[in-house]
Amino acid sequence: MIKPILLWSDVLILVLLWSVAALVWLARENGQMSETLRGPWRQVMRSRVGASTALILAVYVGIGLLDSVHYVERLPDTPGQAAQYGGEVYSALDWVLTPLRENVEKTYSAPFATHLYAKETLQGPVGGEVRDFPRLKYGGAHLADVEREFWPDVLKRGGLGMLAGLLAWFMGYRLTGRSSLSPVPPPGGGGDGGATFALSPTLLFLCLLAGLLVALAPVYHVFGTDKVGQDVLYLSLKSIRTGLLIGSLTTLVMLPFALGLGIAAGYFGGRIDDVIQYLYTTLNSIPGVLLIAAAVLVVQVQIEAHAELFNTAAARSDVRLLALCGILGVTGWTGLARLLRAEALKLRELEFVMAARAFGVSHGRILLRHLLPNVMHLVLITVVLDFSGLVLAEAVLSYVGVGVDPGMISFGNMINGARLELAREPVVWWQLAAAFVFMFVLVLAANLFADQVRDALDPKSSARK
Amino acid sequence: MLDYLIRRVLYAIPILLGVNLLTFALFFMVNTPDDMARIHLGAKHVTAEAITRWKSEHGYDRPLFFNEQAAGVAKAADTLFVEKSLKLFALDFGAADDGRDIAREIKTRMWPSLAIALPTFLIGLLAYISFALLLVFFRGTRLDTAGVVLCVALMSISGLFYVIGGQYLMGKLWHWFPISGYQPGLDAWKFLLMPVLVSVVASIGDSARFYRALFFEEIAKDYVRTARAKGLSELRVLFRHVLGNAMIPILTGVVVVIPRLFMGSLIIESFFGIPGLGSYTIDAIQAQDFAIVRSMVFLGSLLYILGLVLTDLSYTLVDPRVRLE
Amino acid sequence: MKGLSVENLSVEIAAGGRLLKPVDDVSFSIGADECVALLGESGCGKSITALALMRLLPEGARVAAGRVSLQGEALFDLPEAAMGEVRGGRLAMIFQEPQTSLNPVMTVAEQINEALAAHRKLRGDAALAEAGRLLEAVGLERDRLTAYPFQLSGGQRQRALIAMMLAGEPEVLIADEPTTALDVTVQAQILALLRDLQRQRGMGLLLITHDLDVAKDMADRVAVMYAGQIVEWASRDSLYAQPRHPYTEKLFAVLPRLERRGERLDSLPGRVPPPDARVAGCRFAERCPAVFARCREEAPAFHEAAPGHFARCHLAEPQTSRPDAAWRNPGSAREPSRIPPAPASGLQSEVLSVRDLAVHFPVRKGLLRRTVDHFKAVDGVSLAIKAGETLALVGESGCGKSTLARAILRLLEPTRGEVRVAGEAIGGLSGEALRRKRAEMQIVFQDPFSSLNPRMRIGEILEEGMAALLPLAAPARRARITQLLDQVGLPLDAAGRYPHEFSGGQRQRVAIARALAVQPKLLILDEPTSALDVSVQAQILNLLAELQAEYGLAYLFITHNLPVVGYLAQRVAVMRAGRIVEEGAAETLLTAPRHEYTRLLLDSAPGRGR
Repeated sequence: MIKPILLWSDVLILVLLWSVAALVWLARENGQMSETLRGPWRQVMRSRVGASTALILAVYVGIGLLDSVHYVERLPDTPGQAAQYGGEVYSALDWVLTPLRENVEKTYSAPFATHLYAKETLQGPVGGEVRDFPRLKYGGAHLADVEREFWPDVLKRGGLGMLAGLLAWFMGYRLTGRSSLSPVPPPGGGGDGGATFALSPTLLFLCLLAGLLVALAPVYHVFGTDKVGQDVLYLSLKSIRTGLLIGSLTTLVMLPFALGLGIAAGYFGGRIDDVIQYLYTTLNSIPGVLLIAAAVLVVQVQIEAHAELFNTAAARSDVRLLALCGILGVTGWTGLARLLRAEALKLRELEFVMAARAFGVSHGRILLRHLLPNVMHLVLITVVLDFSGLVLAEAVLSYVGVGVDPGMISFGNMINGARLELAREPVVWWQLAAAFVFMFVLVLAANLFADQVRDALDPKSSARK
Repeated sequence: MLDYLIRRVLYAIPILLGVNLLTFALFFMVNTPDDMARIHLGAKHVTAEAITRWKSEHGYDRPLFFNEQAAGVAKAADTLFVEKSLKLFALDFGAADDGRDIAREIKTRMWPSLAIALPTFLIGLLAYISFALLLVFFRGTRLDTAGVVLCVALMSISGLFYVIGGQYLMGKLWHWFPISGYQPGLDAWKFLLMPVLVSVVASIGDSARFYRALFFEEIAKDYVRTARAKGLSELRVLFRHVLGNAMIPILTGVVVVIPRLFMGSLIIESFFGIPGLGSYTIDAIQAQDFAIVRSMVFLGSLLYILGLVLTDLSYTLVDPRVRLE
Repeated sequence: MKGLSVENLSVEIAAGGRLLKPVDDVSFSIGADECVALLGESGCGKSITALALMRLLPEGARVAAGRVSLQGEALFDLPEAAMGEVRGGRLAMIFQEPQTSLNPVMTVAEQINEALAAHRKLRGDAALAEAGRLLEAVGLERDRLTAYPFQLSGGQRQRALIAMMLAGEPEVLIADEPTTALDVTVQAQILALLRDLQRQRGMGLLLITHDLDVAKDMADRVAVMYAGQIVEWASRDSLYAQPRHPYTEKLFAVLPRLERRGERLDSLPGRVPPPDARVAGCRFAERCPAVFARCREEAPAFHEAAPGHFARCHLAEPQTSRPDAAWRNPGSAREPSRIPPAPASGLQSEVLSVRDLAVHFPVRKGLLRRTVDHFKAVDGVSLAIKAGETLALVGESGCGKSTLARAILRLLEPTRGEVRVAGEAIGGLSGEALRRKRAEMQIVFQDPFSSLNPRMRIGEILEEGMAALLPLAAPARRARITQLLDQVGLPLDAAGRYPHEFSGGQRQRVAIARALAVQPKLLILDEPTSALDVSVQAQILNLLAELQAEYGLAYLFITHNLPVVGYLAQRVAVMRAGRIVEEGAAETLLTAPRHEYTRLLLDSAPGRGR
């Protein structure tokens, strides 16, 4: 028996999804998107890089969303009492990854290891005690004779997994992308066919990788285990949601400030401009990390002072995550606002704005109808570019001690927990490597995708290429 | 010119006041001195007397803005706002919560910070601009494309990776440099080289790509076509005309950070064990020493405003069109 | 072979998977001390031709075929280093935009010295002395050597640029629209300078221009370009006496003149074929009044219609004549259609009256930003326009004419003075009363690209004013949009499309329709045709004249183009430095000016021969 739970961040994710859907729906006219709006996106999806990175981002987002469906488990009934629920909050991703989550070893173990990292005192085979590396409880536990069976087992499972991945890819390819087998995308409406064509190598790679992991991860720790024996692959997958949330919710907080203040400053000028410029010069003058640190410290104190409001550890770290996004948003709007102010300064002198003023159109309507649509491309480009910066910033902030809750699984906490272990002999490298690789792929995909979006939306950059 | 400088200094006052009010609000109004005392005492020792004692030891036992008990000027002067916030304007930073004098710490620690930050800044600027120019010179060729791909890949790597990877390779594996530590005097270079190298490499992707875009913007302009029409060689067009004009946004863009170099870098200093202001700050954050955090915020703002003034002055040096008045 | 000769030049641009051919099989030559004008409307390929000669084509464009030789030396065969010596040396080029063509952070001397060092190996004092001589040769003081470009006016910058290009002692100078961005008086000076330099130095001059009058003043021979090809190539006298290509003929016919008042201007229907179109026959066939079956099947060759006078037209072939040959010379064969005058009723009512209007901008200085002076953009202007009347406001850039327009519309608050629209002073109005008044006065701007919001459909653009100012329900507004589109000659499905799908002329029609939508009495036209080609200008002028006749609109027509003034306006006011210096009926003012500034403007206008 389970009970679904909505954390505050889940609510905001729903709001975010809903507003994106609403924006898309609003942009439709007569049942379809206008070509002006759709054209750039079609261009992005047609390019090989754009389509591949979009696919990779989609996989990340899919994992993140799966990790955002939360529930608590019902405890065994005590007769005569109302149903009790556990304090541990799980997500759909946890459920999918149950074997990974539950196969906890004692401490570090290397990727694909069958024995623990540290020696222990064991009962020898002929009695008496020996110091040796004990077998892992779960990793490779199904092997009777490790020396002989390990490689054949890994190869067999891996091969079967990749075969299954290949099969899945082929099925999907035949089902969805039949028309796209021709190298030239069909003219007119067939833009998606072209995208599928561009995707297929990336998709193939992802399918093979997924097959490999599904086959091997339940019986081996493919990325090893961390200090307390948790599977590193599990930790990496769980970190994705944190990274994505920081990247996207921060934007949600930042946008109203940047849009409202930036455009207003440029359009109205005069006193309003002075005040807004004063605001962002003041905010800018405080060193970024310090301002964030100061705010996070304050939030931390407040959370500790009102501990009674949060009944689970998950709820507490969730609120801290949201606070962090809020702080990053409130301190991070100045760059975009300055950009928009400069653009609005230019736009307000343009003749179509003059014409609207000659009609006596209200300022609000001019801002909404004439200025906002003409800066949206800048906003979009900035948002996509900022995303990767924020994912990277999370790791640094966690290191400084003002990131997400130390109990929350995130790339930053993974790195933070493992960085000192490089001094050990032999080196414990896998936890760091996993966090860096997962982060690198996400950020690289986002950066490349941002480039494509900019090329499609910014008339200036296409000339630059 | 003098008029301009005076006006800028006057404009700095409301900004610093704003910064002060903001930090004051965060640390004394959202959080109260009572909260602070609780954190520092630890959960076991929290009693009403302990809190009061802690507050009076650290000078937090005053009202926020208005002291009814005091007489005359002291009504407004003997308050937390004046003691803890306004005094910063006189560069009176007071004592940290652990009792040490903040001003003295700043004075001794800013030199190691500068020893890292200044070479990083100069070498970095030179490296990024040269790399960007190289790409621009070979624009449209495979070298340019490969360079841009490299830049995007480099900027997608977490900064922590460069630090940890650098320490592991150069320190642990190859034994080129000590992994961390610092020593004043002439031997300092041994400890400085690696952090400088790591920080230059860490932002080469971002910066070189940005400068490349700047150069491209410049290269599309009409005067470049005029220069070519005069029969100048491509190298001369690039170095005399494109670089000459692109240096305006580049220089004025980086001048703003120069004063802040004194404050060092949080991550680099703490990873490499440099006893500078950056690691001082990070220790303060981790120890929740609000007095130091407040001081550093103020110092940072002050240096930033100084940077803004320097930026404007540098405009007059590099751009003949700009006259300050 | 002296001078520069171009044979069968073709340029290709690869853009988005398509191959464009902006220049196709172009041949012409420039004698050693001759001026050749390359004449054509925007997008015809004349500038790309010039850049190809210099081997300065933008990235993506390349010379596909052809030969260019300078004094017998084939330029396309030279290695890049040798071309560097030719470029700016024996073959030099000046550009259109004096604002952006000079390096902003180098002094004039530094920029001239670069060329002197590259081509004449002069350095140090010798270079400085020579640079000084060059500046004097282009009519600038020697002390301008130490000036930065921002310290020079537009005309001075163009002179400095010419000096830079003379540094290499060119045999041929290419001038790409050298005066288009300049005021008419400055244009006259620069053209005179170019002509003098050409004669003194025995240079060849390739003048690229869109202006028939400029070409007439300057050129010995003229090449007319259309859609990437040269369609006519003749000596100036022969061409201006009798053009042989229907396109050239049309270019003459669409020009507004004082003598054509009240006539409907001839117009050129249709559009230029796009540069990637594969046209089987003549590229002008779709728009040609003399078209016949052969034109669509067979591309015409270059025929010598008269000695030394070539035209790319089947009709120029000596034996060809079209079955019905009556199309030629519409002016003499047919009475030109006339636009009926505006209805007499209500003509006496004054729609706009401006009294002593002034707009001053404060100049702030010093520590406290005190106002120490005022910039008097408009300084006591009075004028009046009756219904059905056009008042032309003529002046050069910076004279305050656009500021005046904005002040009349109350987009700017005037410093003093009074504006009455239909008898009511609008200075004190606010809120609802002002909004109602705004419906009576509207404006059409110069730039057809920035005057329409690129993110709004044409229908929404037209509806905006109605929604703000007229008490109309949505269905009524939609009906009115249809009516407006019809009135300005746009297809009815335009309402659902975005501005970028339309040409410059069509956008200007939209801008006119937008202003008309609220049924104004006064229309301020701020250089409405300056950004358009002459053939499109004619269509817009015709439209404006028809609308005035139909609705009795009053026009305040702001322009610097005197022929347009003569054609359209009943009265003219000449503005200079914020004041009106002369005002009067168009015929008298344009033929017998009293103020010296008016005389200067009239004398500077090109097209009067040398």
